[in-house]
Amino acid sequence: MSGIVAIGASWGGVHAISVVLRALPAELPVPIVIAQHRSDDGPSRLSETLGRRSALVVVEASDKDVLESGRAYLAPPGYHLLVDRASVSVSTDDYVRFSRPSIDVLFESVADAYGEDAVGVILTGASDDGAQGLARIHEAGGVTIVQEPTSAERRTMPDAALATGRPHRVLELDEIAPFLVKVCG
Amino acid sequence: MADERRPLRRRDVEAVELDLLAAGIHEAYGFDFRQYSRPSFRRRVWRRVDAEGLHSITGLLERVLHDPAAMQRLLAELSVNVSAMFRDPGFFRVFREKVVPQLRTYPFLRVWNAGCATGEETISVAILLKEAGLYDRTRIYATDMNEATVNQARSRSYPIAKMREYTANYIAAGGTRSFSEYYVADGERVLFQPSLAENIVFAQHNLATDRSFNEFHVIMCRNVMIYFNRDLQERVHTLLYESLTHFGVLGLGARESIDFSGHLAGYETLDDAERLYRKVA
Repeated sequence: MSGIVAIGASWGGVHAISVVLRALPAELPVPIVIAQHRSDDGPSRLSETLGRRSALVVVEASDKDVLESGRAYLAPPGYHLLVDRASVSVSTDDYVRFSRPSIDVLFESVADAYGEDAVGVILTGASDDGAQGLARIHEAGGVTIVQEPTSAERRTMPDAALATGRPHRVLELDEIAPFLVKVCG
Repeated sequence: MADERRPLRRRDVEAVELDLLAAGIHEAYGFDFRQYSRPSFRRRVWRRVDAEGLHSITGLLERVLHDPAAMQRLLAELSVNVSAMFRDPGFFRVFREKVVPQLRTYPFLRVWNAGCATGEETISVAILLKEAGLYDRTRIYATDMNEATVNQARSRSYPIAKMREYTANYIAAGGTRSFSEYYVADGERVLFQPSLAENIVFAQHNLATDRSFNEFHVIMCRNVMIYFNRDLQERVHTLLYESLTHFGVLGLGARESIDFSGHLAGYETLDDAERLYRKVA
């Protein structure tokens, strides 16, 4: 499959994303795009932190980066990240639900560009960002996954995603990577 | 002959509609969005569809073709670059350190702020050059594709609520005075000093369709080309490259680069992190 995995997280997300990335193989046949809520200012080593114990290469996305399998593209601070069929774009459009990067913005672009080849994952967070975007991926025929809310560091975001759509899977954090390998393989 | 194609999926229909909208606007109004980056274009178009109380992109096309005021509203949606004064303070700090010394050697300076939107960056550059003692010999050309936006930039009026953020940026950018010296409060707005705009020329200019109009020592085009696709980015990069003097400096946004501009060999990197480049060939 020539698809894509999109991950959205907020509060507690750095740890949760690390757990998922760490358990994914370098040969993952699809690219990953990530929107983790973060503050606008200052230099950030988030991509290094996330990539440290992962077989995947984690990069902070630059405009028009070509999407390659086995790489994870992180939304830069102060920008929305959007994907087209083969590459990413960034935007400085206004905050959406107080967030930039916004998970909804990323996921909607993923749904539009990849349709049934998209996989969306909503992890921990104290926000309802991502719920609409995940529903869009669902409508477009993609696969949707939500972290089991009771095991999330903050359950607001998984709960919101559950309320808006009917995800295909509600999974414990450590079950997510094996499932991704299965659906992307 | 029977057409055996399956009915189009919703997002395929939408792709057709977006192409028709861009083609219609180009035919009727001359603004060329045909090579805009699809995901951002699509998002902004849908925001306008919703705001107009419509249900489809085709509905929006019909409205803008028959109603120039609706076109103006769509243009505002499509052309607005949300910015802040001294956005990415590090850019301005490095500009002071690495670019200003070179600029001091010129008797006269031309700066182009391409895609100036509502002028936040233009005012920031004017303040920086003033503090560097260079403003009196500078002319800043601030251009945007949207005439209404240019007029707004010309007004030098900004919401007072933004001043806390801008002041913090200004300080982080290495500002040497008190930021509040540069404006006076006027109710919910502030008005920046007229002297800051003395040497600014505001003008309508469309990077997607217009040609260069001068040679510049500095061009700042930050977070403008992110809304363009690769082909249009290359075209604009050529325009900027050809508009720079020898040793002219190009400043881009934090997540942009010259790697795919087609002019990589024409520049040296002044500062990689802050995306400052100097034309050397």
